Amino acid sequence: MTALVQLTVNGQAVEVVAGTSVAAAIAHADQAFRRSLSGERRSALCGMGVCFECRVTIDGVAQQQACMLPVRTGMRVVTDG
Amino acid sequence: MAERYDVLVIGAGPAGLAAASAAAAHGARVGLVDAQPRAGGQVWRHDVQHGVPALARRHAAAALENSNVTWLPQTRVVAAEAGGLLAEDAQRARHLEYGTLILATGARELLLPFPGWTLPGVTGAGGLQALAKQGWPLAGKRVVVAGSGPLLLATAASARRHGARVLAMFEQADRGTMIRFARGLWRWPARVVQAASLRAQLAGVPYRWGSVVTAAHGDDGLREVEVEEPHGRTRVACDYLAAGYGLVPNVELARMLGCRLESEGAHAHVCVDANQRTSVSNVYAVGETCGVGGRDSALIEGAIAGLAATGTTAGMARLQRRRRHARAFATHLREHFALAPHIRALAQPETLICRCEDVPLRALDGFADAREAKLATRCGMGPCQGRICGAALAEMGRFSFGSQRPPLFPARLETLASSMTEVAEPAT
Amino acid sequence: MSGYDLIVVGAGIVGAACADCASAEGLKVAIVESGSVGAGVTAAGMGHLVAVDGLPAELALARYSLGLWESLKDLPGSEFSRCGTLWIARDDHDRAGIPDKLARLRAAGSQAEAVDASQLHELEPSLAPGLAGGVLVPGEAVVYPPAVARQLVKRACGRGATLLHARAVELGDHEVTLDDGERLAGAVLVATGCGLPQLLPELPLRLRKGHLVITDRYPGMVRHQLVHMHYTDSAHGETDSVAFNVQPRPTGQLLIGSSREYGSNTTEVSLPMVRRMLRCVFEFLPCLRQLDALRIWAGLRPASVDGLPYIGRVAGRRGIWVAAGHEGLGVTTAPGTARLFVDQFLGKPTVLDMAPYDPARVAT
Repeated sequence: MTALVQLTVNGQAVEVVAGTSVAAAIAHADQAFRRSLSGERRSALCGMGVCFECRVTIDGVAQQQACMLPVRTGMRVVTDG
Repeated sequence: MAERYDVLVIGAGPAGLAAASAAAAHGARVGLVDAQPRAGGQVWRHDVQHGVPALARRHAAAALENSNVTWLPQTRVVAAEAGGLLAEDAQRARHLEYGTLILATGARELLLPFPGWTLPGVTGAGGLQALAKQGWPLAGKRVVVAGSGPLLLATAASARRHGARVLAMFEQADRGTMIRFARGLWRWPARVVQAASLRAQLAGVPYRWGSVVTAAHGDDGLREVEVEEPHGRTRVACDYLAAGYGLVPNVELARMLGCRLESEGAHAHVCVDANQRTSVSNVYAVGETCGVGGRDSALIEGAIAGLAATGTTAGMARLQRRRRHARAFATHLREHFALAPHIRALAQPETLICRCEDVPLRALDGFADAREAKLATRCGMGPCQGRICGAALAEMGRFSFGSQRPPLFPARLETLASSMTEVAEPAT
Repeated sequence: MSGYDLIVVGAGIVGAACADCASAEGLKVAIVESGSVGAGVTAAGMGHLVAVDGLPAELALARYSLGLWESLKDLPGSEFSRCGTLWIARDDHDRAGIPDKLARLRAAGSQAEAVDASQLHELEPSLAPGLAGGVLVPGEAVVYPPAVARQLVKRACGRGATLLHARAVELGDHEVTLDDGERLAGAVLVATGCGLPQLLPELPLRLRKGHLVITDRYPGMVRHQLVHMHYTDSAHGETDSVAFNVQPRPTGQLLIGSSREYGSNTTEVSLPMVRRMLRCVFEFLPCLRQLDALRIWAGLRPASVDGLPYIGRVAGRRGIWVAAGHEGLGVTTAPGTARLFVDQFLGKPTVLDMAPYDPARVAT
């Protein structure tokens, strides 16, 4: 029986299996990740912490790589999409 | 406050796990560092749905359950200081001192630019696998896999296992090359079995050789891809394009430590001797960091370094023989899946080369060297620190970004301000 | 042997500005640069345009030059951003210095106003609580110097100047010899920054290493360029020192400085110095602790004997001029230096008294 974790992405409630990354949770919520300098919508590319495309704000701290962090109960994720 | 280890291993993929368990088994106090929350690296990344293969579990246990091993997850090395490394975890700075250092920093995917590569939905091949394993929802999604080598099969199989509809696999190598590759595989029976198993898992999925995805199209996200096949062009509507053209060793930490590097083709790897020792006396390197070689060489080399670091010679010769055989497979792979030249030329002048700073390829024209181009265009000045664009440009035969200043990764200012000794230093 | 009216050796921001100014006067100009335009210390600095009131002659040159910067702000790629400067008083001791600073800046022509503690925190909410106040100079800006240098050289070449990729190795009578043996005839302006001793060893020059850290993008965190009231104590001191100086780039990245040390002639990053600099910065901006640094680098400021640049004809040589030794004010004072040099060169009156910058002042 796998534990479920509740968090919010841009205010939207999301529930995922424990161990899921923040990036995957954002995808579950069907949200974008960030806007590039020229305003392009961007999403995860490398999945392994090298490309920095998946940066979002987590619990008030900006520029966090979502693919490198597992979700935590009550996490507030805000994206720039 | 500094922590001291006899052997410090950076990277907890197969190579790092093998090194840590070998060193710990021979009495060393080992620190095992990885940026991820769990051990396994990329090939043994913990799958939220499916866990890890039994082999991975055994190797992880051998390292992590040994009381001599201290596991340091979510920890990234940021800089090198006298006798140690400055690192940071999710909360604070760590100062890691070591007697011997083993670099098992692995490889990252080679991501080559092409029109539309920045669209949401375009990922690396290894990238899609990594995302799938960390819980990315792929069930029912239409996935196209493209690029080169056995990684395509592994990616496609992984996507399918997570419920995706894999529409096709586009392999850039031509049919003749594929046949020659398959014929040479008999020397590595385990690989034959693996290949057959993967093909079975992918029954019904079209596999096209001599085929290249030349562009991705969409507005807010990927809608379709354009494919150039031997007999003409087609378009395939899809949700994800997993495009992987190979792997690039992660040599940044080695470079910062002054280890000698060598290039085979466009990308550098760390030079090591028969005992995995680098040109810096107490620093070893193992696995993909020394050149892309696959999981088997990684395990063997990790063991060699772990033994060498503790001064153990027993079993070394046998490991070295096995390493030769494992590395030979990597060579066989490399020879057959070398990229066709036109793949390096998929990017158009307007295609972005630097995704961090939105620099188009044409902006790099007319500069004599990498530094000049960087200063004028900001290419390589973003958070990826040139990892993505730099590897692409090297593969494309253009500049290479050379030096390695700290921080090795974006790092909190608080980490950079912390001190090994915690003695108050003058603030003004 | 090719002939020119003026051969500018060194295409950093100072040399580029001089070449631009000279070519605009109709002079036939050659520019000799051994590396890339604007890729030396010009690329390593902060790009701040600030009237610094350390020495009267320094302040006069800076103010004069800031006026001329207004005509350069629209150069493509300059990223001119008028964020203003906020000098910060930490405590009562600092605050006591505000009236004098205000008077000096205003006398030199800066629009400056005193701010008290609550105004300070209104202007910059990220500042640590308890700071005493400061001086606001709203008209000052930051730029991206490498792009400006490139554009100035481009403008000069558009008027007929020739850019030569070569290294000057020897000065003669109204001539310079390049590393490939070619000799160029004409008056020579040495604007080589840290390379000054190679061509003009009689003009003392020391290299003053400084570190900078740039962060990821955090728009709105800092609004003005922030400087400690007594920044110039560091600039004009002799010991290794750090001084608080943080600048918001138009990208939303924060550029963090500053440090000064003699005795190193490499740009290798010194983590102990970076540590010291960051601890100083945290006292003013504690919220910076959690921000990510993307890059750290070091540059070498070309420092003259007394903190003022050498501008003018070089005594004891024929046809040789100098514009170098600007320490940390090269970007601010580049167009001013160029105008003063060209006026002298053409025998016209200069707006400022040139005696403080006269290279002959170092003769013992």
